Amino acid sequence: MTAPEQVVLRVTGDRNVCVGAGLCALTAPEVFDQDDDGLVTVLTPRPEPRAHRAARQAADLCPSGAVRVTEE
Amino acid sequence: MTETAATFPTDESSTFPTGAGPDEAPAFPSDRTCPYRLPDSYNTLRDAPSSLRRVTLYDGRPAWVVTRYEAARKLLADPRLSSNRANPDFPLTSPRLYALRNRKPGFLALDPPEHGPRRRMTISEFTVRRIKGMRPDVERIVHAAIDDLIADGPPADLVTRLSLPVPSMVICELLGVPYADHDLFQDASRRVLQAVDGPEAVAARDLLEDYLGGLIARFEQDPGPGLLSHMVTEYMAKGALDRDELVDTAILLLVAGHETTASMTSLGVITLLEHPDQHAALRADPTLIPGAVEELLRYLAIADIAGGRVAVADIEVDGQLIRAGDGVIVANSIVNRDGSVFEEPDTFDIRRSARHHLAFGYGIHQCLGQNLARLELEVVIAALFDRVPTLRLAVPVEDVKLRSGASIQGVNELPVTW
Repeated sequence: MTAPEQVVLRVTGDRNVCVGAGLCALTAPEVFDQDDDGLVTVLTPRPEPRAHRAARQAADLCPSGAVRVTEE
Repeated sequence: MTETAATFPTDESSTFPTGAGPDEAPAFPSDRTCPYRLPDSYNTLRDAPSSLRRVTLYDGRPAWVVTRYEAARKLLADPRLSSNRANPDFPLTSPRLYALRNRKPGFLALDPPEHGPRRRMTISEFTVRRIKGMRPDVERIVHAAIDDLIADGPPADLVTRLSLPVPSMVICELLGVPYADHDLFQDASRRVLQAVDGPEAVAARDLLEDYLGGLIARFEQDPGPGLLSHMVTEYMAKGALDRDELVDTAILLLVAGHETTASMTSLGVITLLEHPDQHAALRADPTLIPGAVEELLRYLAIADIAGGRVAVADIEVDGQLIRAGDGVIVANSIVNRDGSVFEEPDTFDIRRSARHHLAFGYGIHQCLGQNLARLELEVVIAALFDRVPTLRLAVPVEDVKLRSGASIQGVNELPVTW
Protein backbone atom coordinates (compact mmCIF):
# COMPACT_ATOMS: atom_id res chain seq x y z
CA MET A 1 0.00 0.00 0.00
CA THR A 2 1.23 3.47 -0.87
CA ALA A 3 2.04 5.75 2.03
CA PRO A 4 -0.50 8.59 2.25
CA GLU A 5 2.08 11.30 1.54
CA GLN A 6 3.01 9.66 -1.77
CA VAL A 7 -0.52 9.64 -3.15
CA VAL A 8 -1.07 12.27 -5.85
CA LEU A 9 -4.65 13.45 -6.06
CA ARG A 10 -6.07 14.90 -9.21
CA VAL A 11 -9.04 17.20 -8.66
CA THR A 12 -11.51 18.30 -11.31
CA GLY A 13 -14.65 20.45 -11.27
CA ASP A 14 -17.19 20.17 -14.09
CA ARG A 15 -18.80 23.57 -14.60
CA ASN A 16 -21.43 22.10 -16.89
CA VAL A 17 -23.03 20.07 -14.13
CA CYS A 18 -22.20 22.36 -11.16
CA VAL A 19 -25.28 23.73 -9.35
CA GLY A 20 -23.40 26.22 -7.18
CA ALA A 21 -24.19 24.69 -3.80
CA GLY A 22 -20.76 25.83 -2.64
CA LEU A 23 -19.96 22.81 -0.46
CA CYS A 24 -16.56 22.40 -2.13
CA ALA A 25 -15.51 26.00 -1.40
CA LEU A 26 -16.88 25.66 2.13
CA THR A 27 -15.18 22.35 2.87
CA ALA A 28 -11.87 22.61 0.99
CA PRO A 29 -11.24 26.35 0.44
CA GLU A 30 -7.58 25.71 -0.43
CA VAL A 31 -8.61 23.53 -3.34
CA PHE A 32 -11.90 25.01 -4.62
CA ASP A 33 -13.47 28.37 -5.19
CA GLN A 34 -16.57 29.66 -6.95
CA ASP A 35 -16.19 32.13 -9.83
CA ASP A 36 -18.31 35.25 -10.29
CA ASP A 37 -21.11 33.10 -11.72
CA GLY A 38 -21.04 30.89 -8.62
CA LEU A 39 -19.65 27.89 -10.48
CA VAL A 40 -16.82 25.64 -9.31
CA THR A 41 -13.22 26.53 -10.06
CA VAL A 42 -10.32 24.33 -9.04
CA LEU A 43 -7.50 26.30 -7.42
CA THR A 44 -5.08 23.42 -7.00
CA PRO A 45 -5.61 20.52 -9.45
CA ARG A 46 -2.98 18.51 -7.53
CA PRO A 47 -3.43 19.65 -3.93
CA GLU A 48 -0.89 19.29 -1.15
CA PRO A 49 -1.27 16.14 0.96
CA ARG A 50 -2.57 18.18 3.90
CA ALA A 51 -5.57 19.18 1.76
CA HIS A 52 -6.33 15.63 0.57
CA ARG A 53 -8.84 14.81 3.26
CA ALA A 54 -10.82 18.01 2.68
CA ALA A 55 -10.69 17.52 -1.10
CA ARG A 56 -12.05 13.99 -0.80
CA GLN A 57 -14.77 15.19 1.55
CA ALA A 58 -15.71 17.93 -0.93
CA ALA A 59 -16.06 15.33 -3.67
CA ASP A 60 -18.28 13.22 -1.42
CA LEU A 61 -20.47 16.18 -0.46
CA CYS A 62 -20.85 17.66 -3.96
CA PRO A 63 -24.56 17.24 -4.74
CA SER A 64 -24.28 17.41 -8.53
CA GLY A 65 -21.27 15.15 -9.18
CA ALA A 66 -19.30 18.14 -10.52
CA VAL A 67 -16.38 17.64 -8.16
CA ARG A 68 -14.24 14.56 -8.73
CA VAL A 69 -11.11 13.42 -6.99
CA THR A 70 -8.99 10.60 -8.40
CA GLU A 71 -5.65 9.13 -7.37
CA GLU A 72 -2.92 9.31 -9.97
CA MET B 1 -56.29 7.52 10.68
CA THR B 2 -59.67 6.15 9.73
CA GLU B 3 -60.25 8.56 6.85
CA THR B 4 -57.13 7.30 5.16
CA ALA B 5 -58.09 3.72 5.75
CA ALA B 6 -61.51 4.28 4.20
CA THR B 7 -60.11 5.74 1.00
CA PHE B 8 -57.15 3.42 0.56
CA PRO B 9 -57.18 1.91 -2.93
CA THR B 10 -57.50 -1.82 -2.53
CA ASP B 11 -57.16 -3.05 -6.05
CA GLU B 12 -54.93 -3.30 -9.06
CA SER B 13 -55.21 0.42 -9.85
CA SER B 14 -52.06 0.68 -7.78
CA THR B 15 -48.76 -0.39 -9.26
CA PHE B 16 -47.59 -1.41 -5.81
CA PRO B 17 -47.37 -5.03 -4.78
CA THR B 18 -50.71 -6.47 -3.80
CA GLY B 19 -51.50 -6.87 -0.16
CA ALA B 20 -50.55 -3.29 0.63
CA GLY B 21 -53.05 -1.98 3.14
CA PRO B 22 -53.11 0.69 5.80
CA ASP B 23 -51.22 -1.53 8.21
CA GLU B 24 -48.40 -2.14 5.79
CA ALA B 25 -48.58 1.31 4.24
CA PRO B 26 -48.96 3.76 7.14
CA ALA B 27 -50.12 7.34 6.70
CA PHE B 28 -47.44 9.84 5.70
CA PRO B 29 -46.54 12.46 6.78
CA SER B 30 -47.13 12.30 10.53
CA ASP B 31 -47.07 15.11 13.06
CA ARG B 32 -44.17 15.36 15.48
CA THR B 33 -45.10 15.27 19.15
CA CYS B 34 -41.64 16.48 20.21
CA PRO B 35 -39.71 19.28 18.42
CA TYR B 36 -36.67 17.07 17.86
CA ARG B 37 -37.82 13.45 17.96
CA LEU B 38 -39.16 11.51 15.01
CA PRO B 39 -42.85 10.60 15.14
CA ASP B 40 -43.30 6.97 16.26
CA SER B 41 -44.52 5.94 12.83
CA TYR B 42 -41.25 7.21 11.27
CA ASN B 43 -39.26 5.05 13.65
CA THR B 44 -41.31 2.09 12.46
CA LEU B 45 -40.55 3.00 8.83
CA ARG B 46 -36.85 3.35 9.65
CA ASP B 47 -36.67 0.02 11.44
CA ALA B 48 -37.83 -1.92 8.37
CA PRO B 49 -35.14 -3.95 6.58
CA SER B 50 -35.64 -2.27 3.20
CA SER B 51 -34.60 1.14 1.85
CA LEU B 52 -38.09 1.92 0.56
CA ARG B 53 -41.35 1.68 2.44
CA ARG B 54 -44.87 2.02 1.11
CA VAL B 55 -46.93 4.77 2.71
CA THR B 56 -50.39 6.21 2.17
CA LEU B 57 -50.84 9.89 1.41
CA TYR B 58 -53.68 12.08 2.72
CA ASP B 59 -55.72 11.45 -0.44
CA GLY B 60 -55.41 7.70 -0.10
CA ARG B 61 -52.82 7.33 -2.83
CA PRO B 62 -49.74 5.21 -2.23
CA ALA B 63 -46.15 6.42 -2.40
CA TRP B 64 -42.68 5.19 -1.51
CA VAL B 65 -40.80 6.74 1.39
CA VAL B 66 -37.02 6.44 1.21
CA THR B 67 -35.58 5.65 4.64
CA ARG B 68 -31.90 4.90 3.98
CA TYR B 69 -29.12 7.44 3.44
CA GLU B 70 -27.29 5.85 0.51
CA ALA B 71 -30.51 5.07 -1.35
CA ALA B 72 -31.65 8.65 -0.74
CA ARG B 73 -28.47 10.10 -2.26
CA LYS B 74 -28.66 7.79 -5.25
CA LEU B 75 -32.29 8.61 -5.91
CA LEU B 76 -31.97 12.37 -5.46
CA ALA B 77 -29.19 12.34 -8.07
CA ASP B 78 -31.19 10.12 -10.46
CA PRO B 79 -32.62 11.90 -13.53
CA ARG B 80 -35.40 9.28 -13.69
CA LEU B 81 -37.04 11.06 -10.73
CA SER B 82 -38.87 14.24 -11.70
CA SER B 83 -39.69 17.27 -9.54
CA ASN B 84 -42.62 18.30 -11.73
CA ARG B 85 -45.54 18.76 -9.35
CA ALA B 86 -47.96 19.16 -12.23
CA ASN B 87 -47.35 15.51 -13.18
CA PRO B 88 -50.62 13.81 -12.15
CA ASP B 89 -48.62 11.05 -10.44
CA PHE B 90 -46.57 13.45 -8.29
CA PRO B 91 -46.97 12.53 -4.60
CA LEU B 92 -48.77 15.52 -3.11
CA THR B 93 -48.80 15.35 0.68
CA SER B 94 -51.53 17.86 1.56
CA PRO B 95 -54.60 19.62 0.12
CA ARG B 96 -52.63 22.86 -0.11
CA LEU B 97 -49.97 21.25 -2.32
CA TYR B 98 -52.73 19.74 -4.45
CA ALA B 99 -54.31 23.18 -4.87
CA LEU B 100 -50.95 24.71 -5.80
CA ARG B 101 -49.76 21.85 -8.03
CA ASN B 102 -50.03 23.81 -11.27
CA ARG B 103 -48.29 26.87 -9.87
CA LYS B 104 -44.60 26.50 -10.50
CA PRO B 105 -42.67 27.15 -7.30
CA GLY B 106 -39.67 28.48 -9.19
CA PHE B 107 -36.88 26.19 -10.34
CA LEU B 108 -37.56 23.90 -7.39
CA ALA B 109 -40.14 22.13 -9.53
CA LEU B 110 -38.27 22.14 -12.84
CA ASP B 111 -36.37 19.24 -14.33
CA PRO B 112 -33.36 19.40 -16.65
CA PRO B 113 -32.79 20.93 -19.11
CA GLU B 114 -34.99 23.86 -17.94
CA HIS B 115 -33.76 23.71 -14.36
CA GLY B 116 -30.07 24.54 -14.79
CA PRO B 117 -30.28 27.88 -16.61
CA ARG B 118 -32.95 29.16 -14.20
CA ARG B 119 -31.02 28.20 -11.06
CA ARG B 120 -27.84 29.66 -12.54
CA MET B 121 -29.43 33.11 -12.74
CA THR B 122 -29.37 33.22 -8.94
CA ILE B 123 -26.35 31.30 -7.67
CA SER B 124 -23.82 34.14 -7.91
CA GLU B 125 -25.63 35.79 -4.98
CA PHE B 126 -25.30 32.72 -2.76
CA THR B 127 -21.63 31.76 -3.13
CA VAL B 128 -19.56 31.02 -0.05
CA ARG B 129 -17.60 34.24 -0.60
CA ARG B 130 -20.70 36.42 -1.01
CA ILE B 131 -22.26 34.92 2.10
CA LYS B 132 -19.06 35.41 4.09
CA GLY B 133 -19.19 39.08 3.10
CA MET B 134 -22.70 39.32 4.56
CA ARG B 135 -21.55 38.35 8.07
CA PRO B 136 -21.23 41.95 9.36
CA ASP B 137 -24.75 42.74 8.10
CA VAL B 138 -26.18 39.59 9.66
CA GLU B 139 -24.42 40.35 12.95
CA ARG B 140 -25.79 43.89 12.94
CA ILE B 141 -29.33 42.63 12.34
CA VAL B 142 -29.08 39.90 14.99
CA HIS B 143 -27.62 42.16 17.66
CA ALA B 144 -30.20 44.88 17.02
CA ALA B 145 -32.98 42.30 17.47
CA ILE B 146 -31.40 41.05 20.70
CA ASP B 147 -30.91 44.65 21.94
CA ASP B 148 -34.66 45.17 21.58
CA LEU B 149 -35.45 41.81 23.16
CA ILE B 150 -33.33 42.62 26.23
CA ALA B 151 -34.61 46.19 26.47
CA ASP B 152 -38.24 45.06 26.52
CA GLY B 153 -37.50 42.33 29.07
CA PRO B 154 -39.01 38.89 29.62
CA PRO B 155 -41.19 37.09 28.80
CA ALA B 156 -41.11 37.21 25.01
CA ASP B 157 -42.14 35.30 21.92
CA LEU B 158 -38.85 34.33 20.32
CA VAL B 159 -40.46 33.74 16.90
CA THR B 160 -41.69 37.30 16.44
CA ARG B 161 -38.71 38.88 18.21
CA LEU B 162 -35.81 36.98 16.65
CA SER B 163 -36.37 33.74 14.70
CA LEU B 164 -38.57 35.31 12.02
CA PRO B 165 -37.36 38.92 11.67
CA VAL B 166 -33.66 38.04 11.32
CA PRO B 167 -33.85 35.84 8.20
CA SER B 168 -36.66 38.00 6.86
CA MET B 169 -34.52 41.17 7.03
CA VAL B 170 -31.52 39.34 5.58
CA ILE B 171 -33.35 37.91 2.57
CA CYS B 172 -35.02 41.31 2.01
CA GLU B 173 -31.59 42.95 1.72
CA LEU B 174 -30.36 40.22 -0.60
CA LEU B 175 -33.41 40.33 -2.90
CA GLY B 176 -34.11 44.06 -2.67
CA VAL B 177 -37.57 43.52 -1.14
CA PRO B 178 -38.59 46.36 1.23
CA TYR B 179 -38.64 44.94 4.76
CA ALA B 180 -41.37 47.49 5.57
CA ASP B 181 -43.73 45.09 3.76
CA HIS B 182 -42.89 42.21 6.08
CA ASP B 183 -46.35 41.89 7.63
CA LEU B 184 -47.79 41.19 4.19
CA PHE B 185 -45.25 38.70 2.89
CA GLN B 186 -44.55 36.92 6.18
CA ASP B 187 -48.23 36.31 6.76
CA ALA B 188 -48.83 35.17 3.16
CA SER B 189 -45.74 32.90 3.23
CA ARG B 190 -46.92 31.30 6.43
CA ARG B 191 -50.32 30.61 4.90
CA VAL B 192 -48.82 29.23 1.67
CA LEU B 193 -46.85 26.76 3.78
CA GLN B 194 -49.45 25.93 6.41
CA ALA B 195 -52.91 26.40 4.92
CA VAL B 196 -55.15 23.53 5.92
CA ASP B 197 -57.33 23.85 2.83
CA GLY B 198 -56.58 24.49 -0.82
CA PRO B 199 -58.44 27.80 -1.32
CA GLU B 200 -56.56 29.45 1.55
CA ALA B 201 -53.23 28.37 0.06
CA VAL B 202 -54.24 29.66 -3.37
CA ALA B 203 -55.37 33.02 -1.94
CA ALA B 204 -52.07 33.44 -0.10
CA ARG B 205 -50.07 32.48 -3.18
CA ASP B 206 -52.09 35.00 -5.26
CA LEU B 207 -51.22 37.67 -2.73
CA LEU B 208 -47.51 36.92 -3.04
CA GLU B 209 -47.75 36.91 -6.84
CA ASP B 210 -49.49 40.30 -6.81
CA TYR B 211 -47.02 41.76 -4.34
CA LEU B 212 -43.84 40.54 -6.03
CA GLY B 213 -45.29 41.17 -9.51
CA GLY B 214 -45.84 44.79 -8.46
CA LEU B 215 -42.33 45.08 -7.08
CA ILE B 216 -40.85 43.68 -10.30
CA ALA B 217 -42.92 46.15 -12.36
CA ARG B 218 -41.47 48.96 -10.24
CA PHE B 219 -37.93 47.69 -10.85
CA GLU B 220 -38.61 47.79 -14.61
CA GLN B 221 -39.23 51.52 -14.35
CA ASP B 222 -36.74 52.25 -11.62
CA PRO B 223 -33.99 49.70 -10.95
CA GLY B 224 -32.95 49.27 -7.33
CA PRO B 225 -30.45 47.28 -5.27
CA GLY B 226 -30.70 43.51 -4.84
CA LEU B 227 -31.06 40.32 -6.85
CA LEU B 228 -34.60 40.83 -8.17
CA SER B 229 -33.87 44.14 -9.83
CA HIS B 230 -30.66 42.65 -11.23
CA MET B 231 -32.68 39.78 -12.72
CA VAL B 232 -35.13 42.24 -14.28
CA THR B 233 -32.31 44.09 -16.05
CA GLU B 234 -30.04 41.17 -16.79
CA TYR B 235 -32.55 38.47 -17.80
CA MET B 236 -36.15 39.65 -18.11
CA ALA B 237 -35.39 42.77 -20.14
CA LYS B 238 -33.26 40.68 -22.51
CA GLY B 239 -35.94 38.03 -22.99
CA ALA B 240 -34.13 35.22 -21.13
CA LEU B 241 -36.86 35.05 -18.47
CA ASP B 242 -40.52 35.99 -18.66
CA ARG B 243 -42.37 37.92 -16.00
CA ASP B 244 -44.22 34.92 -14.54
CA GLU B 245 -40.99 32.96 -14.29
CA LEU B 246 -39.32 35.82 -12.43
CA VAL B 247 -42.29 36.10 -10.06
CA ASP B 248 -42.10 32.32 -9.42
CA THR B 249 -38.40 32.61 -8.66
CA ALA B 250 -38.95 35.63 -6.41
CA ILE B 251 -41.60 33.77 -4.38
CA LEU B 252 -39.37 30.72 -4.00
CA LEU B 253 -36.41 32.78 -2.80
CA LEU B 254 -38.45 34.98 -0.47
CA VAL B 255 -40.48 32.18 1.14
CA ALA B 256 -37.68 29.63 1.38
CA GLY B 257 -35.31 32.41 2.41
CA HIS B 258 -37.04 33.26 5.66
CA GLU B 259 -39.46 30.52 6.70
CA THR B 260 -36.92 27.68 6.84
CA THR B 261 -34.24 29.55 8.79
CA ALA B 262 -36.89 30.90 11.15
CA SER B 263 -38.01 27.33 11.85
CA MET B 264 -34.45 26.10 12.35
CA THR B 265 -33.71 28.96 14.75
CA SER B 266 -36.71 28.24 16.96
CA LEU B 267 -36.30 24.46 16.96
CA GLY B 268 -32.53 24.85 17.37
CA VAL B 269 -32.98 26.99 20.48
CA ILE B 270 -35.44 24.48 21.96
CA THR B 271 -33.09 21.59 21.22
CA LEU B 272 -30.11 23.28 22.85
CA LEU B 273 -32.13 24.30 25.91
CA GLU B 274 -33.36 20.72 26.27
CA HIS B 275 -29.78 19.37 26.12
CA PRO B 276 -28.07 21.34 28.91
CA ASP B 277 -24.74 19.52 28.62
CA GLN B 278 -24.48 20.33 24.90
CA HIS B 279 -25.65 23.88 25.56
CA ALA B 280 -22.97 24.34 28.24
CA ALA B 281 -20.26 22.91 25.99
CA LEU B 282 -21.22 25.30 23.22
CA ARG B 283 -21.12 28.31 25.52
CA ALA B 284 -17.73 27.27 26.86
CA ASP B 285 -16.22 26.83 23.41
CA PRO B 286 -17.64 28.95 20.57
CA THR B 287 -15.46 27.12 18.02
CA LEU B 288 -18.03 24.32 18.34
CA ILE B 289 -20.74 26.51 16.79
CA PRO B 290 -20.33 25.60 13.08
CA GLY B 291 -20.39 21.89 13.94
CA ALA B 292 -23.37 22.41 16.22
CA VAL B 293 -25.25 24.05 13.35
CA GLU B 294 -24.58 21.04 11.10
CA GLU B 295 -25.77 18.72 13.87
CA LEU B 296 -28.92 20.78 14.41
CA LEU B 297 -29.60 20.61 10.66
CA ARG B 298 -29.13 16.83 10.72
CA TYR B 299 -31.13 16.28 13.87
CA LEU B 300 -34.06 18.57 13.14
CA ALA B 301 -34.39 18.08 9.36
CA ILE B 302 -37.37 20.37 8.94
CA ALA B 303 -38.06 19.97 5.21
CA ASP B 304 -39.34 16.48 4.50
CA ILE B 305 -41.89 18.13 2.22
CA ALA B 306 -39.12 19.12 -0.20
CA GLY B 307 -38.27 15.46 -0.85
CA GLY B 308 -41.18 14.59 -3.17
CA ARG B 309 -40.45 13.21 -6.65
CA VAL B 310 -42.23 11.15 -9.32
CA ALA B 311 -40.55 8.34 -11.26
CA VAL B 312 -40.59 8.80 -15.04
CA ALA B 313 -38.99 5.39 -15.67
CA ASP B 314 -38.55 2.15 -13.72
CA ILE B 315 -35.77 2.35 -11.11
CA GLU B 316 -34.39 -0.54 -9.13
CA VAL B 317 -33.13 0.32 -5.65
CA ASP B 318 -31.55 -2.25 -3.35
CA GLY B 319 -33.63 -5.03 -4.88
CA GLN B 320 -36.90 -3.10 -4.87
CA LEU B 321 -38.57 -1.75 -7.98
CA ILE B 322 -39.92 1.78 -8.31
CA ARG B 323 -42.14 1.78 -11.38
CA ALA B 324 -42.63 4.70 -13.75
CA GLY B 325 -45.47 6.78 -12.31
CA ASP B 326 -44.77 5.87 -8.68
CA GLY B 327 -44.49 8.70 -6.19
CA VAL B 328 -41.30 8.80 -4.12
CA ILE B 329 -40.63 10.89 -1.00
CA VAL B 330 -37.14 11.19 0.44
CA ALA B 331 -37.82 11.87 4.11
CA ASN B 332 -34.77 13.86 5.19
CA SER B 333 -35.70 13.51 8.84
CA ILE B 334 -35.55 9.71 8.57
CA VAL B 335 -32.45 9.34 6.37
CA ASN B 336 -30.55 11.76 8.62
CA ARG B 337 -30.97 9.14 11.33
CA ASP B 338 -29.61 6.20 9.37
CA GLY B 339 -27.51 4.40 11.98
CA SER B 340 -25.16 3.00 9.34
CA VAL B 341 -24.03 6.56 8.52
CA PHE B 342 -24.52 8.45 11.80
CA GLU B 343 -23.50 6.56 14.92
CA GLU B 344 -26.19 6.64 17.61
CA PRO B 345 -28.35 8.68 15.27
CA ASP B 346 -30.95 9.66 17.86
CA THR B 347 -28.33 11.28 20.09
CA PHE B 348 -27.88 15.02 19.67
CA ASP B 349 -24.11 15.52 19.68
CA ILE B 350 -22.68 18.87 18.59
CA ARG B 351 -19.18 17.37 18.35
CA ARG B 352 -19.99 14.85 15.66
CA SER B 353 -19.04 15.61 12.08
CA ALA B 354 -22.45 15.87 10.41
CA ARG B 355 -22.04 18.00 7.30
CA HIS B 356 -23.02 15.10 5.04
CA HIS B 357 -26.59 15.22 6.39
CA LEU B 358 -29.36 15.56 3.82
CA ALA B 359 -31.32 18.35 5.52
CA PHE B 360 -30.65 20.51 2.45
CA GLY B 361 -31.41 17.65 0.08
CA TYR B 362 -29.00 16.32 -2.53
CA GLY B 363 -28.69 16.36 -6.31
CA ILE B 364 -29.41 19.34 -8.53
CA HIS B 365 -32.11 20.74 -6.24
CA GLN B 366 -29.95 20.87 -3.12
CA CYS B 367 -30.73 24.04 -1.18
CA LEU B 368 -29.40 27.14 -2.93
CA GLY B 369 -29.40 29.18 0.28
CA GLN B 370 -27.67 26.63 2.49
CA ASN B 371 -24.60 28.73 3.20
CA LEU B 372 -26.76 31.73 4.06
CA ALA B 373 -28.74 29.49 6.43
CA ARG B 374 -25.50 28.28 8.04
CA LEU B 375 -24.32 31.87 8.54
CA GLU B 376 -27.61 33.06 10.03
CA LEU B 377 -27.85 30.11 12.40
CA GLU B 378 -24.24 30.47 13.53
CA VAL B 379 -24.64 34.18 14.28
CA VAL B 380 -28.05 33.88 15.97
CA ILE B 381 -27.09 30.97 18.21
CA ALA B 382 -23.75 32.50 19.24
CA ALA B 383 -25.24 35.90 20.00
CA LEU B 384 -28.42 34.72 21.73
CA PHE B 385 -26.77 32.34 24.19
CA ASP B 386 -23.92 34.78 24.81
CA ARG B 387 -26.10 37.77 25.55
CA VAL B 388 -29.03 36.01 27.23
CA PRO B 389 -27.22 33.23 29.10
CA THR B 390 -30.16 32.42 31.38
CA LEU B 391 -32.60 32.01 28.49
CA ARG B 392 -35.19 29.28 29.08
CA LEU B 393 -38.56 28.19 27.76
CA ALA B 394 -41.44 29.96 29.51
CA VAL B 395 -43.66 26.88 29.17
CA PRO B 396 -42.95 23.15 29.46
CA VAL B 397 -41.56 21.87 26.15
CA GLU B 398 -44.57 19.54 25.85
CA ASP B 399 -46.80 22.63 25.65
CA VAL B 400 -44.98 24.21 22.69
CA LYS B 401 -47.36 23.84 19.77
CA LEU B 402 -45.73 22.24 16.73
CA ARG B 403 -46.66 22.69 13.11
CA SER B 404 -48.38 19.94 11.16
CA GLY B 405 -46.20 17.21 9.68
CA ALA B 406 -47.42 18.32 6.25
CA SER B 407 -45.57 21.66 6.50
CA ILE B 408 -42.03 22.86 7.10
CA GLN B 409 -41.45 21.67 10.67
CA GLY B 410 -41.33 24.44 13.24
CA VAL B 411 -43.33 26.53 15.67
CA ASN B 412 -45.43 29.65 15.17
CA GLU B 413 -44.82 30.86 18.71
CA LEU B 414 -42.07 30.21 21.24
CA PRO B 415 -42.56 31.69 24.72
CA VAL B 416 -39.20 32.27 26.40
CA THR B 417 -38.02 34.02 29.53
CA TRP B 418 -34.70 34.71 31.28
